[in-house]
Amino acid sequence: MARIIYREARSRTFLWVFMALMAALVVTGLSSAWYMEHHGHIVTGMNNGIVWGLPHVFAIFLIVAASGILNMASLASVFGKTTYKPKARLSGLMSIALLVGGLSVLVLDLGRPDRLTVAMTSYNFKSIFAWNIFLYTGFIVIVGAYLIVQMTRSWMKWTGAVGTFAFVWRLILTTGTGSIFGWLVAREAFNAAMLAPLFIAMSLSLGLAIFITTRLLLDYGCGDRSLGTELIERLAKLLGIFIATTLYFQLLMHLTNLYSAARGGVERFLLVEGGIYPLLFWGGFVILGSLIPMALVFLPAFNRNRMMVGLASVLVIAGGLASIYVIVIGGQAFPLNIFPGMEVSSSFGDGQIQHYIPSLPELLLGIGGWALAALITLVGVKILPILPVEDNVTLNAAAAAG
Amino acid sequence: MSCTDKETCTCTPAGSLPVDGEASPGIEAGRRAFIKAGGAFATIALTPTVTLMSFGGGKANAAQESLDPKARWGLLIDVAKCGTGCSECVSACQKENGWQDTGHPETDAQWIRKVTVKNPKSGAVAELPVMCQHCDEPPCADVCPTGASFKRADGIVLVDKHLCIGCRYCMMACPYKARSFIHETLIDQKPYAPRGKGTVESCTMCVHRVDRGEIPACVESCNLTGGGAMMFGNLNDPQSEIAKRVAELTSTQLRPDLGVDPGVHYTYL
Repeated sequence: MARIIYREARSRTFLWVFMALMAALVVTGLSSAWYMEHHGHIVTGMNNGIVWGLPHVFAIFLIVAASGILNMASLASVFGKTTYKPKARLSGLMSIALLVGGLSVLVLDLGRPDRLTVAMTSYNFKSIFAWNIFLYTGFIVIVGAYLIVQMTRSWMKWTGAVGTFAFVWRLILTTGTGSIFGWLVAREAFNAAMLAPLFIAMSLSLGLAIFITTRLLLDYGCGDRSLGTELIERLAKLLGIFIATTLYFQLLMHLTNLYSAARGGVERFLLVEGGIYPLLFWGGFVILGSLIPMALVFLPAFNRNRMMVGLASVLVIAGGLASIYVIVIGGQAFPLNIFPGMEVSSSFGDGQIQHYIPSLPELLLGIGGWALAALITLVGVKILPILPVEDNVTLNAAAAAG
Repeated sequence: MSCTDKETCTCTPAGSLPVDGEASPGIEAGRRAFIKAGGAFATIALTPTVTLMSFGGGKANAAQESLDPKARWGLLIDVAKCGTGCSECVSACQKENGWQDTGHPETDAQWIRKVTVKNPKSGAVAELPVMCQHCDEPPCADVCPTGASFKRADGIVLVDKHLCIGCRYCMMACPYKARSFIHETLIDQKPYAPRGKGTVESCTMCVHRVDRGEIPACVESCNLTGGGAMMFGNLNDPQSEIAKRVAELTSTQLRPDLGVDPGVHYTYL
């Protein structure tokens, strides 16, 4: 195979404007965090019933997608699909960027973000949350090393080994993220081992959707490279398979819960009677975020068209957000079952659906995390040889020969 | 290929494009600067904690020294005696520990609350106080990443206010909605019940009183002016009144199926 040439992104106006916009959003997010920290969470929509709000939705989305984005690199290094090798560096860079963005939101939403160092020096090793601290920081180190070996000629022979290690680590990391919810025995909407594989499936579809969207934007912004039609179609079909996998795990999780009479209430709430939650689940995740994108990526009329594949990717991202909102917020909105079979009321909202209206600072903090991830990616492609000059050498050559 | 903005362009000159494994000198310098900046940031960020760890003591040292490790402090609540509309236990806890109702039930802390329970089939109604159940296997302590939530050797579950980072994972894990997050700045705190914005708190079983050999404020108040529905004592001492009553009566714990073995028992529920 021809040697792949990588170079820094060109300095085009689009890139600078986009970077400035992202930087502004990061500053807005930081300001929101300061506002929340100064006044307390009273200025958010969160309360003692919904303790994790919109920032967690954004953060979990980013963390899950971060591990999924690495899949592009894994396809080349672990599974030997050399077609995807030119994507490996951007894949690694973006996975670090998204994880840093997500973690930043999580940290800034803490009640005491100033005690971050406590979280890094005082551990309860029985806590899956504490494990995740190691999984996240470890991921950044390992993927960083993965990038370095890819960029250092004398170390390139280690790419396969480091890539395999990173792949295994990312599977464990997403398992850990899913288990944050899956191991909560007290809440009927969670407490399911199925959440870990569901999060892994979600990471694949969200990661690829973000990767495709980013590449299409970078292609437009840099103007000197573009994904070939063959590659677009391949990526589109791969996205379709990942969407179907996510739907499968969602279906299995809900069917498992529906089969249990004890969980009928929470399923009825999330899927039928819960107002915003069924709307987001069926309308946002299933129809807009899964079925329509699947049609776009599988139908030959659309799946070679970069606009249509880009649209499908954006819809998958929106559907993923809706899905995580239902899991995180909807799961908390359904009341704890402290007295099974009884009708319960109290001054503390026992037995009642917990209400939550996201506030502007929460939204801005969440968007700030996304902007930080985008900014890191843009700075990365600007100063490091991340993007390949000719992106689809093999496919173009094959097409020409054919 | 040429760039539109030559002054700010960092593209490698044509003819010397970096290939696999090569980095330009500019990038090398940038990397060194980045590592330097990262090191400086880490030093600044870690300094407060290192200082705290140097001057601070271990977790709840004073309390650990005065407790009885063989005890398992618990409560027995006789639901039949718990009066409808009576909230003496709640008022006593508020007064003792310094939390109050500010008219915002969704964000106000509630260390103890009266819950009305109705059997939809029989129509039977009961009222009972619910607070931290001081589990033997507390899920809050299991999930707490920093170890701020912990169980003392005598079974009292507490939050170390110096270690709590306000992640609220314990609130997600608690099966009893027993924990509250402090949503805004507080004033007029009790010195023995420190509370702080951005941290989580819950019933301490009046640990400051227990360590002095007294009973929790809610139990004292219930017995003085309420229905006499609450009993406090050492569940591990077979000679204690509470242990005898638990052995005699058919009592239950909330959600016993979860296996967390709460230290609060209810009769006639």
